[in-house]
Amino acid sequence: MTEENEAAETDQPEEDDGLDEAPPADSSEETEASPEPSEDAGASGEGEGAPEEPPEDPLESLAGVKAVQAFLGDEVEEVTSFTGGADEVSMTVPAGRVRALCAHLKAEIGFNYLSDLCGVHYPEREKPFEVVYQLFALDRSERLRLKVRLADGESAPSVVEVWRTADWLEREAYDMFGIEFEGHPDLRRILLPEDWEGFPLRKDYPVRGDGFGLTWVERQIPSTSRPMTERK
Amino acid sequence: MGIVEHRFQENILTTTLDYLVGWARKSALWPMTFGLACCAIEMMASGASRYDFDRFGIIFRATPRQSDVMIVAGTVTYKMAPVVRKVYDQMPEPRWVISMGSCSTAGGPFNTYSTLQGVDQVVPVDIYVSGCPPRPEALMWGVLKLQEKIQQEKFLRA
Repeated sequence: MTEENEAAETDQPEEDDGLDEAPPADSSEETEASPEPSEDAGASGEGEGAPEEPPEDPLESLAGVKAVQAFLGDEVEEVTSFTGGADEVSMTVPAGRVRALCAHLKAEIGFNYLSDLCGVHYPEREKPFEVVYQLFALDRSERLRLKVRLADGESAPSVVEVWRTADWLEREAYDMFGIEFEGHPDLRRILLPEDWEGFPLRKDYPVRGDGFGLTWVERQIPSTSRPMTERK
Repeated sequence: MGIVEHRFQENILTTTLDYLVGWARKSALWPMTFGLACCAIEMMASGASRYDFDRFGIIFRATPRQSDVMIVAGTVTYKMAPVVRKVYDQMPEPRWVISMGSCSTAGGPFNTYSTLQGVDQVVPVDIYVSGCPPRPEALMWGVLKLQEKIQQEKFLRA
């Protein structure tokens, strides 16, 4: 926007009647929906001399996305972006290749931090389970999200060897969804009691529980301390 | 009282044994701190200088074996419930329980697979303090109510 237009805009009262006071010829209707072509041409004309680079697909502009595509080629199942920009890229990759891919991304591409790993349950899908890896390159603040789809009972390869933090994260995904991770050094429940039955974050698990919790508690309390002492 | 009234010199007080024992018990309530969630922050504020529970003879203890009252402050999960019970079992009698906040009273907002819907399912509760979390004044109200209750208890039973 030119200086002239800016000045006119600040002076402009809200109602149209105010325009009577000798406004600049071409900036009078600026607030309305019909911009005058001459004005636009004048405003944008200044930048036209700069050489324009061909617009790159935002999904392909990140080093991480390029690296995954170079590593897997056609095996990449899906590339999406939540915002449409390069800051929220998700790549769905085959489960069998995820460990090799992660090792490559950490060693060569600089994704030295696994900020989260979690499970998701989509009961309506053919492959109902998903493991999501949230990768972060600390050196250049770049994020990348990998997704792996799993059929019921199928296990994902463990990435504990790549990032040690995956140990507890994979245990959590196992605890909540029953997703098993092949090659995990110590795959057991991490949040719930070890003898708990069921996987609470699966969609078919009742939100208020299936009554297992209270029976579990009653089993833990030794019979010598029951019934509760009643005071009058 | 009529029999012993005015039979002794001045500065001699007469009372019942029940009253004396109740007064002694209520005046030195040592709570077992069982902070499980955000209620514990309010409980700590209650004990600190602004609200100063020390003036009621309330001194927080870190072991159940020296405690008279357990303040269950926070969300009791199923995994924690046996621990609450075990701590309660370790307290010497007479013992009392204050359920602080809506979580420990009835599960609060967490009507889920993992949360006990009220700590009274594992230990007997004397006083329920409402709030989410209750302010120190509310906990103080609960303690004063418990003192009233203790004062009314009979030491000598029929």
